[in-house]
Amino acid sequence: MNSSEATDRMLVLRAQRGERAAFGELVTRYMQRAYFTALGLVGNHDDALDLSQEAFARAFRARARIDPERPFFPWLYQIIRRLCFNHTRDQRLHRLKLEKAGSWLTDTTMGRRPLSPDQAVMRSELREQVGAAIERLPERERETLVLREFEELRYREIAELLGIPIGTVMSRLYRARRSLAREMEATGTRPGRGGGAGDE
Amino acid sequence: MSERNVHPPGDERVRHLMMAELDREISGKGRRELESALEENPGLRDELASYQRLKEVTDTMAPLKPPEETWDSYWEHVYRRLERGIGWVLVSLGTIIVGTWALWAAVSELIRDTTMPAYIRWSMLALIAGFVILFVSVVRERLFMQKKDPYKDVVR
Repeated sequence: MNSSEATDRMLVLRAQRGERAAFGELVTRYMQRAYFTALGLVGNHDDALDLSQEAFARAFRARARIDPERPFFPWLYQIIRRLCFNHTRDQRLHRLKLEKAGSWLTDTTMGRRPLSPDQAVMRSELREQVGAAIERLPERERETLVLREFEELRYREIAELLGIPIGTVMSRLYRARRSLAREMEATGTRPGRGGGAGDE
Repeated sequence: MSERNVHPPGDERVRHLMMAELDREISGKGRRELESALEENPGLRDELASYQRLKEVTDTMAPLKPPEETWDSYWEHVYRRLERGIGWVLVSLGTIIVGTWALWAAVSELIRDTTMPAYIRWSMLALIAGFVILFVSVVRERLFMQKKDPYKDVVR
């Protein structure tokens, strides 16, 4: 058990005794990770904030069931993903119509080197298309892709978090990337050729 | 386009190797295996190239960061939810007790009220009983049956 897990263990035990301040420390430790996990799954700031906070509230109510000997975040992650999946099942059809899809991603190369107005517009469109395409993926493929691409977890970590074999992680990534590549081709977007990263 | 038409049989392994190559998790042995598969099948090389182009794009993207104030008030919002949770439990409990008492009082009063014709009194009792049955049925469905629904995780 490393020092971070030891701190988690101590905070969980204190929270289980009813100390809200200890649970508050757990929230502070994991709020950003919880928020970004939810954002990757629902693709919207307000929903991600609401669902991640709700996940913490539910975790506190169910604190008696937390095993202090195991890392806290994987346990919290299960609550977050369940809330997010239920939310997207209800909201997906509405949200697809809202043309907001894709706005949850930002281009990390923006500002590093000057772009012409045309290039900037193209990059922005590409970002929105990729973001929207990710939102349209089946939830488990999307989840795996987000954990790999944006949380930058290794296959072993994803497998542990989701409780699936590493082979399943790779299969889901394959299906997700195949869908994205096909969608990019279908919409005429050629990553790396028409305004993609390889263009610059 | 069917997967079976694109790759030779046993291609699941090749797909895994392509992903491992993209994510820099491939072993030396795996890379040699992949290179050999790519040499045998030019279609695979094109496919891998399309994923590499996609990867170049996703590597330059990250989820938008929320305003810094979000984190300052985050715990406060969670804390409010915890308080409200207790509030909701108390409100629900109170509503159930007071509602049951009020219903009981109303039904008793109705039965004792002899100024009203009997058929009206019995009709009102039937109306109340009907509403109670419908309400309990809907609540039961929401609370218990939904949890046991074997298809609830099926994505439509």
